Amino acid sequence: MNLDHALIVSFLLFGTGIAGVLLRRNAIVVFMSIELMLNAVNLALVTFSRLRGDLDAQVLCFFVMAVAAAEAAIGLGLVIALFRRHASIDLDRATLLRS
Amino acid sequence: MDFQPFPLILLFPLLGVLANALLGRRLSLRASGGLASLMVFFSFLAAGHGFLTLRDLEPAPGQAPRLVITLWEWIASGDLRVDFSLLLDPLSSAMALIVTGVGFLIHVYSIGYMAHDRDYPRFFAYLNLFMLAMLLLVLGDNFLVLFVGWEGVGLCSYLLIGFWYDRMFTATMSTAQAGQKAFGVNRIGDFGFLIALFLIFTHFHSLRFDTVFAAALHHPASAAVMTAIGLLLLVGAAGKSAQIPLFVWLPDAMAGPTPVSALIHAATMVTAGVYMVARSHVLYALAPVALAAVAWIGALTALLAATIATQQNDIKKVLAYSTVSQLGTMFLGLGSAAFGAGIFHVLTHAFFKALLFLGAGSVIHALHEEQDIRKMGGLRRQLPITFATFLVATLAIAGFPGLSGFFSKDEILAAAFQAQPLLWGMGVLTAGLTSYYMFRLLFLTFFGASRLAPEKAAHLHESPRVMTLPLVALALLSIAGGWLGLPPVLGSHWLGGFLGPVFADLHHLEGGAHGGHLGHATEWMLMGVSTLVALGGFAVAWLRFLKPAALGDLFATPASAWQRLLADKYRIDELYDALVVRPLGRLAGFLWRWIDELLIDGLVNFSGLAVRVGGEVLRLLQTGYVQTYAFFMVLGVIVLLLRLLA
Repeated sequence: MNLDHALIVSFLLFGTGIAGVLLRRNAIVVFMSIELMLNAVNLALVTFSRLRGDLDAQVLCFFVMAVAAAEAAIGLGLVIALFRRHASIDLDRATLLRS
Repeated sequence: MDFQPFPLILLFPLLGVLANALLGRRLSLRASGGLASLMVFFSFLAAGHGFLTLRDLEPAPGQAPRLVITLWEWIASGDLRVDFSLLLDPLSSAMALIVTGVGFLIHVYSIGYMAHDRDYPRFFAYLNLFMLAMLLLVLGDNFLVLFVGWEGVGLCSYLLIGFWYDRMFTATMSTAQAGQKAFGVNRIGDFGFLIALFLIFTHFHSLRFDTVFAAALHHPASAAVMTAIGLLLLVGAAGKSAQIPLFVWLPDAMAGPTPVSALIHAATMVTAGVYMVARSHVLYALAPVALAAVAWIGALTALLAATIATQQNDIKKVLAYSTVSQLGTMFLGLGSAAFGAGIFHVLTHAFFKALLFLGAGSVIHALHEEQDIRKMGGLRRQLPITFATFLVATLAIAGFPGLSGFFSKDEILAAAFQAQPLLWGMGVLTAGLTSYYMFRLLFLTFFGASRLAPEKAAHLHESPRVMTLPLVALALLSIAGGWLGLPPVLGSHWLGGFLGPVFADLHHLEGGAHGGHLGHATEWMLMGVSTLVALGGFAVAWLRFLKPAALGDLFATPASAWQRLLADKYRIDELYDALVVRPLGRLAGFLWRWIDELLIDGLVNFSGLAVRVGGEVLRLLQTGYVQTYAFFMVLGVIVLLLRLLA
């Protein structure tokens, strides 16, 4: 296995993530797709780190994980609030900020 | 130059307009009318002062005395330089005196005539505006100032003819439509006049009278251009002065209050054409064809209108056609190169025609708006002052020796006799008809048995003094006015001597003015013929309307086809309707429905529609869903990446 393969996997993951964000209506799935994109980025970062032979990018990777964790907490909170309002987490139905 | 007071002639009517227009509602009838009359009187005094000043001037030999005042520079654009300047010379001075003098008497009379009208401030404001426009026309020092006044009198005639805008004039025509007709017909004439002005400017590079005439005398344009200018000016003059073929508006100008008719017919609007042709005499002298056209148009108009007048039954209609006919006589004079004689007839005609109209107004006033002479008769006892003055005016217009109309008309006829005997014959025939229809009017109105409706007869009364005094003043003028211009055989022609220098520049021209004087014998002969013709008209009318028994049943037959044709005014209005009004109406309808509504409105509405449809299409992109926008963003990123990689 070489580094090219890792980058290709990263692209595929990112593409899958984008497709999920753009096409799915379920808030949780959209959310998971965002996580997928972040993971794809992390994989790319790690790959480039190996390529350059230093650890700077891996440090960045930890930042991304930390931010993703915080984002997941807020995101899930939003999803729960959405469900309470609409009894649904279909994003197309959430057309108004006030109800 | 020192201060010259003659522009005050214009200032006073202007003040009158402002006062009546702004404060009129708060003034009583007497205050409103009195103020308007006073302003015209002041204007008359200023005109008189201007006349005296002019008389004392000593011009260069062979030149007319003249005063010019430039009030301000008006237009300065490229070659075109026009100042707002006024000119006082014998011609404009005489015209200003006629306009303000006769206008003043008509104003005074109007105070009595309009006593029952609630809208008097508007009336007097218009009347003063009319004076202002006419005086501007007369006093302008260039064609453009003249044109401003020219359009001004057109506007005022429209306003005043349609003054009673909520009434019907005839069964099929409202007074407002009569006003529109006058306005519309005059626009045709003005169109010709404007083109003439463009031609004049193109060829002589100025619009100032003296510059243009000097240029025309020394470097005349080609004969074709001079003829075109003359003919186009004639078109303009025909519109204002009601000549063939543009006379149809004048009889319908009767729709206005009677003093307005008097003003339009005697002192102001209709004399504008005569004045303008006389003012442009140099141009006409250089265009013999156009000059001959003036004479022929005049003679034909005179004869045509006189024949129509013999069969009219509305007291004002008879007088209206009489005006058309008399104006034709004036044009006959102008066209025979007797410009002074034309102006002389303007002067005397202003006196007796104003008197006739005001007298008719007095009759109408006494009979509560009755205008049909078939329903009058025997009024001479109840309306003695009106009758006496009307008789004087009738004698004057019919050309009885010693009265004003006799001298001025004879001077024109003598000039026509020199120019073209056929024209003279038509003029003499017109004179005979004039005498006939005027005495017919007089006899039917004031003599014979009363044919009044009983309820009108009960309220019959002579008009108040404010109306009869102007009548008396005009009657005196109608008697004496002719003595200003005695024929050579009888004495001195004072008016000719006064106006002469204005037209003197013609003597330089070969064939410009008809030189040479008639022999005394010929003069006596011509006067004799006129007198006989006037007496003949009188005799026929007398036999026919006062002594019908003497002629048996010669005239008792029912109206012939010929008489009906005359009563219908040769159906010229119908001809206009078929040839001009209706085709124009159809053209306007076509332009309205197809060009305006379909094409122009279509274009405008299409541009709106295109924007709306475009918006509808673009709206499909504005979903409001974040995912859609993100989708397009990603799409864009992909396109950019492909471009970068390619």
